[in-house]
Amino acid sequence: MDLLNLTAHELSAAIKSGETTAVEAMEAVLKQIESSESEINAYVTVDKEAALAKAKKADEDIKSGKLTGPLAGVPVAIKDNMCTKDMLTTCSSKILSNFVPTFSSEAVIKLEEAGAVVIGKTNMDEFAMGSTTETSFYGATKNPRNTEHVPGGSSGGSAAAVAANEAFAALGSDTGGSIRQPAGYCGVVGLKPTYGTVSRYGLIAYGSSLDQIGPLTKDVTDCALILDAIAGKDDKDSTSIGREKYNFADSLVDDVKGMKIGIPRDYFGEGLDPEVKEAVLKAAKVLEEKGAIVEEFDLSLVDYAIPTYYTIAAAEASSNLERFDGVKYGHRAAEYDGLHNMYKKTRSEGFGPEVKRRIMLGSFVLSSGYYDAYYLKALRVKALIKKAFDEAFAKYDVILGPVAPTTAPKLGSSLADPIKMYLSDIYTISVNLASLPGISLPCGKASNGLPIGLQLIGDCYREDNIIRAAYAYECARGEIKF
Amino acid sequence: MKEYETVIGLEVHVELATKTKIFCGCSTEFGGAPNTHTCPVCTGMPGSLPVLNKKVVEYATAVGLATNCDITRDCKFDRKNYFYPDNPQNYQISQLYLPICRNGHVDIKLEDGSTKEIRIHEIHMEEDAGKLIHDEWEDVSFVDYNRSGVPLIEIVSEPDMRSAKEVVAYLTKLRNTIQYLGASDCKLQEGSMRADVNLSVREKGATEFGTRTEMKNLNSFSAIERAIENERARQIDLIESGEGVTQETRRWNDDKEYSYAMRSKEDAQDYRYFPDPDLVPIHITEEFLDEIKAKQPEFKDAKMLRYKEEFGLPDYDIEQITDSKKLADIFEATVAICNNPKKVSNWLIAETMRILKERQLDSVDIKFKPEALARIIELTDKNEINSNAAKEVFEAIFDGEVDPDDYVKEHGLKQVNDEGALRATVEQVIANNPQSVADYKGGKEKAIGFLVGQTMKAMQGKANPGMVTKLLKELLNN
Repeated sequence: MDLLNLTAHELSAAIKSGETTAVEAMEAVLKQIESSESEINAYVTVDKEAALAKAKKADEDIKSGKLTGPLAGVPVAIKDNMCTKDMLTTCSSKILSNFVPTFSSEAVIKLEEAGAVVIGKTNMDEFAMGSTTETSFYGATKNPRNTEHVPGGSSGGSAAAVAANEAFAALGSDTGGSIRQPAGYCGVVGLKPTYGTVSRYGLIAYGSSLDQIGPLTKDVTDCALILDAIAGKDDKDSTSIGREKYNFADSLVDDVKGMKIGIPRDYFGEGLDPEVKEAVLKAAKVLEEKGAIVEEFDLSLVDYAIPTYYTIAAAEASSNLERFDGVKYGHRAAEYDGLHNMYKKTRSEGFGPEVKRRIMLGSFVLSSGYYDAYYLKALRVKALIKKAFDEAFAKYDVILGPVAPTTAPKLGSSLADPIKMYLSDIYTISVNLASLPGISLPCGKASNGLPIGLQLIGDCYREDNIIRAAYAYECARGEIKF
Repeated sequence: MKEYETVIGLEVHVELATKTKIFCGCSTEFGGAPNTHTCPVCTGMPGSLPVLNKKVVEYATAVGLATNCDITRDCKFDRKNYFYPDNPQNYQISQLYLPICRNGHVDIKLEDGSTKEIRIHEIHMEEDAGKLIHDEWEDVSFVDYNRSGVPLIEIVSEPDMRSAKEVVAYLTKLRNTIQYLGASDCKLQEGSMRADVNLSVREKGATEFGTRTEMKNLNSFSAIERAIENERARQIDLIESGEGVTQETRRWNDDKEYSYAMRSKEDAQDYRYFPDPDLVPIHITEEFLDEIKAKQPEFKDAKMLRYKEEFGLPDYDIEQITDSKKLADIFEATVAICNNPKKVSNWLIAETMRILKERQLDSVDIKFKPEALARIIELTDKNEINSNAAKEVFEAIFDGEVDPDDYVKEHGLKQVNDEGALRATVEQVIANNPQSVADYKGGKEKAIGFLVGQTMKAMQGKANPGMVTKLLKELLNN
């Protein structure tokens, strides 16, 4: 049996039926990691012994009937900005390169309770700041579909691990597209839930008002199943929201008859690669053929999303990252002269250039005299963007568009021009600004052999619509060989 | 020399009496080994998130209502960003843009009996910081986060005070009001109430304010008075010499009675305040407000009026008793049992205060039961114990564990009211002290006091002193 090519739910079914075991699956994944990691670099930490021990325990619990869920025994990877008790958690930053948390993230705990077994921690852009996973202190992750290209980011390690069969599924976090964009670049499925759906407790914050944890998986079914496992109101997170209905897997229905799908013309203008455009519109056609009502509309305000996002996210980040000061945990400069010099040297050594850039940007927009002109204005534009989406969702169940303007860029081509890199987030970031759920799934293969991603956006708390549309599309599309 | 006027505004921090911290479940209890009342939240561990303790909102609202503030129905927390190791996140969660209370006022009594309104600009909620401990031998510092996250309110007044006396009157009023609410014990020495004094001077009659300074580290009312007098004089000197006042924060040293500059306006930090995205806005509902309003106690001013009317006590007594809600509560409970307000008042003002002072306790620490005090009053009224014995019994019941009747019985304090037994002792005393008898008979009225004392001694203090005096006079005058 070729375990590695199974999806998470297929694997769990095989374990439960006795065809294989969680330990065998873990061994297969670890073997795959051993053979491809030197090239891909998807992980920061792999704890083989702990992973095998936990897999053994999962087998016992499955046998004794304690574990019966659809994710029981499945080896999964966790982005390295989610705290894992007793396991190194670095945010791919030098400043946390020795940090071992005393507690686990709520999302990780819930995923483990569902029977998934943690393999290790995946590489990411430092503190989730970046779109390529090249800003990592631990070196860039490569795109498994073509290792000369980036996997996207910031959850590039998670996307690459799933694409390279180094994990059956993974958790990522999405502040401006950090799940959906790498999923698109690597040809896997990624979902960012409505803000407040998954607890942020234990997620090391980048932009607190935008951050949301979500799954990266091989197919839409796994995506819904993992969301089922990790979603839920958490009293430890004040921004977590209790929802009436959680059973996302109920929406795995191959039927879009009568579903209203809007295509924002603003997402298909200048800068969009023609091949991407063609593949995305073709996906819309597929859904239309299955009975969905598809029409074009003007979303507006798209151009304002990027400056708004970088103002808000950087402002929050500048404050969120203040706690990394060498006093309590993490890296501290070896030699210093007094407290302020210790702060300065520790943070100068500990943070990479992209993180420093955003801390400076964020500190500037919050500084006295500029707060109104930048931060407050950004909050107002954010509200307008939300309003534009509200109007769209009064007409449509789902908004369909590309994930990114191009396929995965070549390694080393993005960081030289950060503005260009920021602009590539154009289709994903307004979803975070408006707190909406969005899913990204492969819809084609470009002539360079790299995956093209399709993005489906839903109204707040309407993951059911995008999961249904994505599932129906996936059924019609069939398998894409990358 | 020109005449100057002092202009003072206060920033008062009050530690709230919640059992747990403002954003986590850790205990707020004082003491405890370093970093034992801590968790990932109040030590700023990566990934931890704050969750607001509702009790803090209750207390802040109650204080706001008691000080006539408008309650901000939708208020928010903001982050105040600054780097210091006592602050584990390097930002303090506080309120800048939408504080919970605004535009309040309290009335203070001036020496001439008139009242003055001191306006309150705002009251906001925030978290306290940890404590740095410097090891001078090793040249290292340690941080104790036990206090990190203890809830505070900051009460910011308008610059409405003109003298140290007004400042003390205002602080006394705030302290009394907050203590009545049970929102804090407001102990200046222990730091559960801290006042920073913003002070400037200007020529009498001027309409513009002068340049102000902010004075910190004021740990008692007397320190505040001394610091204000000192700073006023310092600023006048600077103005007179033409040098002018620099806007700065100063630290008062009460032992040496002088202040020194900590930081000037030029190196004032930019705190980069912005709404904390980890906390949701607080909506204060009508029901919540009604609930808090219903729970407001009768405050000192109202109590004073009522005591005068209902009990006819002297103003001094009323002032003393209502100074502490605990004392007033005990007063009312005791009077309800024994219906003798003046005697209850005497016990509270004289003996209770004496013992508290002796044992360095606060009135909130009082443990004796109103029933016990009422019983002592009853025993003295019925002449079952004399006043000296009563004091002894009171001392015994003060800690709340001893029953007055048991104590009287066990220590044989019951007063001897049997005239026959007394008469024999008095006759003996007269026979043993011819000199005092002669003095008395010779017109020295005071000599009788000595003879009463001798009789009491012979009776081991258990005699009824009134009866003894009466008997002595009777026998000596015959």
